[in-house]
Amino acid sequence: MTDATHNLSSPHNTGLRSFRIPIWSDANWIVRIALLIGLILILTALTAPWLAPFDPNAQSLISRLRPPIGFDRYKDGFYFGTDELGRDIFSRCIYGLRLTFALALAGAVIGLLIGGTLGLMAGIIGGLFEEIVMGLVDAQIAIPFTLIALLILAIMGSSLDVMILVLGVYGWEQYTRIVRGEVKKLIQMPFVEAARAAGATPVRIAMRHILPNVVSPIVVQFTLNFSNIVILESTLSFLGLGVQPPTATLGSMVGIGRDYLPTAPWIVLAPAMVILLLTFAVQILGDWLRDKADVRLRSR
Amino acid sequence: MLTYVLRTLLRMAITLFLIVSLVFFATRLSGNPVDFVLGEGITKEDRDLLIAYYGLDSSIGTQYWRYLSSVFSGEFGLSFLERRPVSEIVLERAWPSLKLLLSAVCFTLIVSIPLGILAAIYRTSIIGSVVMVVAFLGYAVPSFIIGILLVLIFAYTLNWLPVIGDGTALHFIMPTLAISGMLVAAITRFTRNAMLDVLSQDYMRTARAKGLPEWIVILKHGLRNASITLLSVVGLQIASLAAAGSVVVESIFAWPGIGDLLVRSAILRDYPVLQFGVLSVAVAVIVINAAVDIAYAFADPRIRLAKG
Repeated sequence: MTDATHNLSSPHNTGLRSFRIPIWSDANWIVRIALLIGLILILTALTAPWLAPFDPNAQSLISRLRPPIGFDRYKDGFYFGTDELGRDIFSRCIYGLRLTFALALAGAVIGLLIGGTLGLMAGIIGGLFEEIVMGLVDAQIAIPFTLIALLILAIMGSSLDVMILVLGVYGWEQYTRIVRGEVKKLIQMPFVEAARAAGATPVRIAMRHILPNVVSPIVVQFTLNFSNIVILESTLSFLGLGVQPPTATLGSMVGIGRDYLPTAPWIVLAPAMVILLLTFAVQILGDWLRDKADVRLRSR
Repeated sequence: MLTYVLRTLLRMAITLFLIVSLVFFATRLSGNPVDFVLGEGITKEDRDLLIAYYGLDSSIGTQYWRYLSSVFSGEFGLSFLERRPVSEIVLERAWPSLKLLLSAVCFTLIVSIPLGILAAIYRTSIIGSVVMVVAFLGYAVPSFIIGILLVLIFAYTLNWLPVIGDGTALHFIMPTLAISGMLVAAITRFTRNAMLDVLSQDYMRTARAKGLPEWIVILKHGLRNASITLLSVVGLQIASLAAAGSVVVESIFAWPGIGDLLVRSAILRDYPVLQFGVLSVAVAVIVINAAVDIAYAFADPRIRLAKG
């Protein structure tokens, strides 16, 4: 009996095994740079309280609008200069990065959970439920997400919770589509049939036999989605609809700093560069993972 | 064919209905609309009077029904701030938005189709790699960063271009570039992929074998066949990417368009304007998508036979 169950459940592992987390050695130099940048950014975000030389919200009106290191009027210790209220831009960038990371991560995970669950259920239950879910997916694809985000933020106000909600809703339809497609394919496989014949409940089939096999497309989609969520968060914060001042996110630093663009461009340039580093690194890694996992996703 | 068109139209109708309902329930979820309109210090009795006057004490179903019927009869209410019909406010913003969109789409097509063809032809050489790296990274640059950098370079440093408004042809340059950034990246990739599919076909070899010059082979036999796939993707992508991009870009350049209006009314909480703005942009995108779908089916018999 133990042998039989072992044999029945072993094929579902192949999907996992064929997708091994790729390592340093089989990455080209662009990917290595992206990996390094990504690691540095993650470490910076994690160690923000120790790394930042100043309190990100501490104002000092005497030393406002000072340029970064190497320029005239540079004030010692403020490497990236100071903003219109004399706050240290370096510290604000670090804390902004931390918050952007946290928000994007929360948003991406929520989107994954919502979308993945719906896709899994649609694929397994089928019938009317599937029709409805896929109808919603079609509708979501047709409506630009920025509009929905604007609507939610205007109605529910701009706070951290609402922001996580908005970012969490983003991208669910991608997961639903991918997971449902995979499930439809898997459900006809002999090992699922065998599990069903052996008397496994639908829930058990979903969790033990199907879910492990959709991990690799989900990981890829997660990475690609993460970069888009960072862009969405920065854009909304830039427009003044995101997390409210004085709390710094990278987008809101650019948004508020743009009023000082002619005289103090460093207020904008520093966070803008951090955003670019972040999105570049994530985008490159996501694309690389996709090639590695060889998932036929639509390139968007 | 007819079934296919009908099915596309039905899907469009469902999507429209969903967004109209979403807008209603989103607004109601957040509390009583009366509280947004009124200032501080109103008495309980006056508040109840107003709630009864606007019919907000009736059941949510009745309110929803009333909302639907007013939407379909074309009444969308008055702006909280400007006290005139929201349809008027949004309509006068439509043309500037459309102008900017057209300019961005033209620019995108002019730049990205040749780039995509180049990248497909020279896919093994350095030209192809460079084009693809640029297109790839371009997709990761938020349009507000392109916009801000353009302003910094061309307006504040070089003093060449005006920043605010849509007065002259010069005003179009920076917003067009900022919106196009992501579009160019996306369309270049699609053009390359569509061309790659076509380039390996037998009829390309035949065309070369009968002695046609290479550029005719590429343009007439290659691009023309790739263009069917390309057009459908371009139509679908441009509508949604442009809607997203123009919101930010219009707001940066104070462009008197719908995107700028949406952001402004979201910040000032002018709900009627925001509702109608979101609805009209969503309708525009959905209608364009459906039109592209149907046009695509007309152009390619395989689609309409398979799906219809």
